[in-house]
Amino acid sequence: MANSQPRQSERKCNVRLAKASDIPQVIAIDAENTGLSKAEYWEDLFDRYNNRSADMDDDTQPKSVKRYRFFLVACDGDTVLGFIIGEVRAWEFGSPPCGWVFAIGVRNEIRQGGVGNTLLEALNERFRKAGANKVRTMLARDHTLIMSFFRSQGMMAGPFIELEKDL
Amino acid sequence: MKLQKATRCALFAIMELAAEPDRQLSANEIAEKYGISTNHLAKVLRSLGRVGLVEAVRGAGGGYRFSGNRRRTTLLDIIQLFETIDPIRHGEREDGDDTTEGKALCQVLMEIEDTARATFASITLDTMIKLVDRGR
Ligand SMILES: CC(C)(COP(=O)(O)OP(=O)(O)OC[C@H]1O[C@@H](n2cnc3c(N)ncnc32)[C@H](O)[C@@H]1OP(=O)(O)O)[C@@H](O)C(=O)NCCC(=O)NCCS
Repeated sequence: MANSQPRQSERKCNVRLAKASDIPQVIAIDAENTGLSKAEYWEDLFDRYNNRSADMDDDTQPKSVKRYRFFLVACDGDTVLGFIIGEVRAWEFGSPPCGWVFAIGVRNEIRQGGVGNTLLEALNERFRKAGANKVRTMLARDHTLIMSFFRSQGMMAGPFIELEKDL
Repeated sequence: MKLQKATRCALFAIMELAAEPDRQLSANEIAEKYGISTNHLAKVLRSLGRVGLVEAVRGAGGGYRFSGNRRRTTLLDIIQLFETIDPIRHGEREDGDDTTEGKALCQVLMEIEDTARATFASITLDTMIKLVDRGR
């Protein structure tokens, strides 16, 4: 048929806060995606995002603590299929509270099965609950795959532009 | 940013056909909706046919049908069939470009070209059709 779009069947998964025991798999997925193994970086990120004393094992929040940083994984049993990391930031560069997505990665062999989509939706839901009504990210201009992914979710260029120079 | 006439015709035709891939439409029907010349559009449709994005359906009520992949074809894929949106990156040179001032100007223009290219390269037809639907 003309429009036989090869979409793999939806991959069932469960999204939850990452646990320490997930991190080796996260490191492996990231190494596969980026070609660099950054164990220390991910362990430090996990400590800062999910391992603080106020945190619970799951992401039901204690009433007194408002969670605004999320390191989530999509799992099938003990297998981590993908991860996403984000946080709500307020009044940065004059912007009202907004959810930022810092990283996303899905295992190569199960891509295009909807896991990326499920992860982003799960993070967006937590951003909404944390009081943000906008989600933002920053991407390398030539990273077409990931930019196509975010655009397929309806994201478009925002009002900010990133500038830099050599020091 | 302004796209050439042929590019706009192609984008309209593709969006129209890809929105309902099982439907076939004549050049006339598409031209009428967008207020463009049928002759011009017929030429554009032939170019799209040569790269396999549309196919001509023969017989009574014949017309054109989308035959590409909505999730993999980007706006850039279509635009590039008709024009170059990043001429400086492609080595096109104009008078004065070899002066220091010309080089600085090229640097600024290239920044804009690169952004335009990244935008078109990351928007698939599927994403574009969702954008159209949201505007309804
Ligand atoms: C981007 C990424 C997270 C997407 O994950 P995924 O599980 O394949 O995504 P989904 O199946 O949920 O796809 C959602 C949409 O994204 C878009 N998309 C995904 N892969 C695509 C591709 N290869 N080309 C174009 N669009 C694509 C599609 O529109 C898709 O919707 P559809 O399947 O209905 O067409 C995954 O490809 C990935 O991990 N890439 C590497 C990321 C990376 O390098 N990260 C390091 C820097 S942070």
